[in-house]
Amino acid sequence: MIVRILGEGQLEVDDSAADELNVLDAKLAAAVDKGDEAGYRTAHNALLERVRSLGTPVGAEVLEPSALILPQADLTMDEVRKLLTDEGLIPG
Amino acid sequence: MSVMKRFSLIFRAKANKALDRMEDPRETLDYSYQTQLELLQKVRRGVADVATSRKRVELQMNQLELSSNKLDKQARDALSAGREDLAREALSRKSGVQGQLADLNTQYTSLQGEEEKLTSASQRLQSKVDAFRTKKETIKATYTAAEAQTRINEAFTGISEEMGDVGMAIQRAEDKTAQMQARAGAIDELMASGALDDVVSGPRDDIQAELDRMGASHDVDGQLERMKAELSQGSAQRQLEGSAGASDGQPAQAAQPADHQAGEGQ
Repeated sequence: MIVRILGEGQLEVDDSAADELNVLDAKLAAAVDKGDEAGYRTAHNALLERVRSLGTPVGAEVLEPSALILPQADLTMDEVRKLLTDEGLIPG
Repeated sequence: MSVMKRFSLIFRAKANKALDRMEDPRETLDYSYQTQLELLQKVRRGVADVATSRKRVELQMNQLELSSNKLDKQARDALSAGREDLAREALSRKSGVQGQLADLNTQYTSLQGEEEKLTSASQRLQSKVDAFRTKKETIKATYTAAEAQTRINEAFTGISEEMGDVGMAIQRAEDKTAQMQARAGAIDELMASGALDDVVSGPRDDIQAELDRMGASHDVDGQLERMKAELSQGSAQRQLEGSAGASDGQPAQAAQPADHQAGEGQ
């Protein structure tokens, strides 16, 4: 499956990693929903690191939408919440 | 619900909305390609804007660096002249300048980061746009409008995600640049108002004026001392030699211009 890290590009990650990523993603979602800034940071960084280490960059010529999209490292929890509630924030 | 899935859905929804607005799928290809080219232009402009802001911060940093060095020298001069009060004032101004410098340094690093991010975003987008152009021509040449639909949707959704990503990067860079410009403008204003300028150079520099005044009076005192010494030496010689008056003035006159030049050189 293709995973995009916003601001970094797309990575091909083996489908077998889905469960592991889902666990990390669930922690991230829980932190965002609770408004837990520290939890958000930890979960976000863990997820970013995992995707980066598992994935291989997708070729430049590939034009496929990603199955999963991960917010970039410097996005704050508030920004993530805004993006999740207001799609107008993503231009283009 | 999963954050990563939600993000992916948001991007997809945006692409689908745009697709729904197009009637002829082939038109979608051309129209989308146009928007891609526009976005590419915009990213390149963004890179240039961030670079300009970074250079402005760099200039200000150089200026503040000069000002800090000058204040340091003034503090030393004041201290060696026995004016601890002046030295203290110069050092306290220096620490203010250092604070500004540290702040600018953070801004500089941040702008540098944005510049790198936008540059690589621009390269990524360029590759995708090239890929899209090739695909677009293939689709147009090979398929009828009805057949092309699925392939067009896929290519469009793929590029649309890339464009959304790049668009976000530009917006973030623009926001940061705007913040930096506001702060850089504030520092420029400070300099223009004299609050910083007076420590950098020129007539409003009160510490330097005081040091100069002290230096000048010190110099005058020194010259007076030397003249007195020379005169008393001269009259002592005259008393000894009795009638050698014509050559008496020479040493004093030769010493004076030399002192004057040395004073100006500092």
